[in-house]
Amino acid sequence: MSQPTLLYLDGITVSFDGFKALKGLSLVLEEGEMRAVIGPNGAGKTTMMDVITGKTKPDSGRAVFGVDTDLTRLDEPAIARLGIGRKFQQPTVFEPLSVRDNLLLALAGDRSPRFALAARETPVERGRIEEILLTIRLAPERYRRAGELSHGQKQWLEIGMLLAQEPKLLLVDEPAAGMTDAETADTAELLREINRSRSLVVVEHDMAFVRSLAARVTVLHEGAVLAEGSIDHVQNDPRVIEVYLGR
Amino acid sequence: MIYPDRATTVTLGCVLGGAAILAVLNQLTPAASAVHVPGFAVSLVGKYLCYAILALAIDLVWGYAGILTLGHAAFFALGGYAMGMYLMREIGARGVYGNPTLPDFMVFLGWKHLPWYWHGFSHFGFALTMVVLVPGVLAAVFGWFAFRSRVSGVYLSIITQALTYALMLAFFRNEMGFGGNNGMTDFKDILGVPLGRDSASVGLMLVTAVVLSAAFLLARAITGSRFGKVLVAVRDAEARTRFLGYRPESYKLTVWVISAMLAGLGGALYVPQVGIINPSEFAPANSIEAVIWVAVGGRGTLAGAILGAVLVNLGKTWLTSALPEIWLFAMGGLFILVTVFLPRGILGLFAARRSSTAPERESAAAESAAAETVVREVTG
Repeated sequence: MSQPTLLYLDGITVSFDGFKALKGLSLVLEEGEMRAVIGPNGAGKTTMMDVITGKTKPDSGRAVFGVDTDLTRLDEPAIARLGIGRKFQQPTVFEPLSVRDNLLLALAGDRSPRFALAARETPVERGRIEEILLTIRLAPERYRRAGELSHGQKQWLEIGMLLAQEPKLLLVDEPAAGMTDAETADTAELLREINRSRSLVVVEHDMAFVRSLAARVTVLHEGAVLAEGSIDHVQNDPRVIEVYLGR
Repeated sequence: MIYPDRATTVTLGCVLGGAAILAVLNQLTPAASAVHVPGFAVSLVGKYLCYAILALAIDLVWGYAGILTLGHAAFFALGGYAMGMYLMREIGARGVYGNPTLPDFMVFLGWKHLPWYWHGFSHFGFALTMVVLVPGVLAAVFGWFAFRSRVSGVYLSIITQALTYALMLAFFRNEMGFGGNNGMTDFKDILGVPLGRDSASVGLMLVTAVVLSAAFLLARAITGSRFGKVLVAVRDAEARTRFLGYRPESYKLTVWVISAMLAGLGGALYVPQVGIINPSEFAPANSIEAVIWVAVGGRGTLAGAILGAVLVNLGKTWLTSALPEIWLFAMGGLFILVTVFLPRGILGLFAARRSSTAPERESAAAESAAAETVVREVTG
């Protein structure tokens, strides 16, 4: 456990119209780690993601990425370019575009309009897209409009888009929501596969799914960390049982 | 995108072929012949083609970037005024007052010197630069503020209306030095060619058809590029593009400026063909009408914008002479009908039928095989 720290949330507080969504939340994520974040509705899971990705600015606290980058000073595109990718709870893919065009736009590279006007697809890009298509099991669908995919396939496409960004850290919000059992199992396997080369934070409700991830678990409650440890550890914590699991 | 597809071929064929036929029927048939096309009809078509350039510009921002502009006629009119200033200087001493430097309206106002911003407009090249530069710069300033502050949707539409309305009020003022209420007219010639003769009308109409075709190809290239794909992504899921590292505002600004320049070009071609430019071109209703052309033809198809502009204006020409009082009702009714029954416009009817045809699948399969070969090469 002596990996360098990738993400350090230090006493983050966020309030909306007087309601405190996060109350001094602190969390340390090591490089290469997969972390599952659980907690009842309103615990602050999504707000935490919003702070890390620059969508919400905290009232106080710091979010340090890598050695000394303070994320709270940057906006969404800048943070995305640093190497933090985010998958939303509702799959958001670009529906009129083909599956492979979705991946093409997500591929790491120059994001300026000037570049995009003249850009031609390179063999390297083509290869990378095909590689990802295999990983996310969508190779046969590469020319279909993303809007025609099933719900589970859209989730995977979005994970593929995250991979294409080549991020150091992936934030994944409820990846198994609305999936069949088979799709859920596939998704857990996919995330473990991704974790071999990248760090992940996975927000999830489904306990069986969290267990299958075999990750360290952080339990959020009312905007702060309630417990942290292995899934067995937190499931046996009386406070956790009281606020979340016991019901 | 470099390969001409069917839609491109058909569109260019209709525009260029139609223009060529009209030119021939005007120039090479005797005036008494049944197939002779009179000069005024040629100018009328030329005018429609200018409107089509404006519609194309609107489709670029509305169809592909989701920016519902209700002020694009402002850029069209600005391009028109820049051309009008050149045409005024071309009159020279042939004006009513015979002043070699000052246009008639300035003499009438008792001005002694040409305002500084009129200098240079006696050169055609300079005027042509201003035709695209002035709308471009205005669009850049306007867009920079609007898109950076994330103004979008109906709020953006409203401020575009305000923009064109403000310009209309400004150009109505005599002190502005653009002819006030009356605008600019009585043009004599363009590049030494006398206006008003059939040959000039045919020439201008043909030039407009060529410019429209070039604008269409440019728009195809833009929307077919990676830039165009990002634009569609921004239109449908702007927040998502930010988390991918794109700055939607810079994409919107780029296409907005290009579109304004195109509109300016349309306006510049319009003025010599109608023979007048005045502040009514800035009227908010004009911009709304232009959006309706695009909706009727089919938003987000480019070819539909051209089709819609020509068809609706043909109808307008006919209806305003046959039953002038019902034109506005017909226009409003048309917009409602199209919105309710043809949300994808006239071209949407064809696209729906073609969307899942066999040839596309076959070419997709071929491409897929090619892609797999590439992967094998790259990954070894």
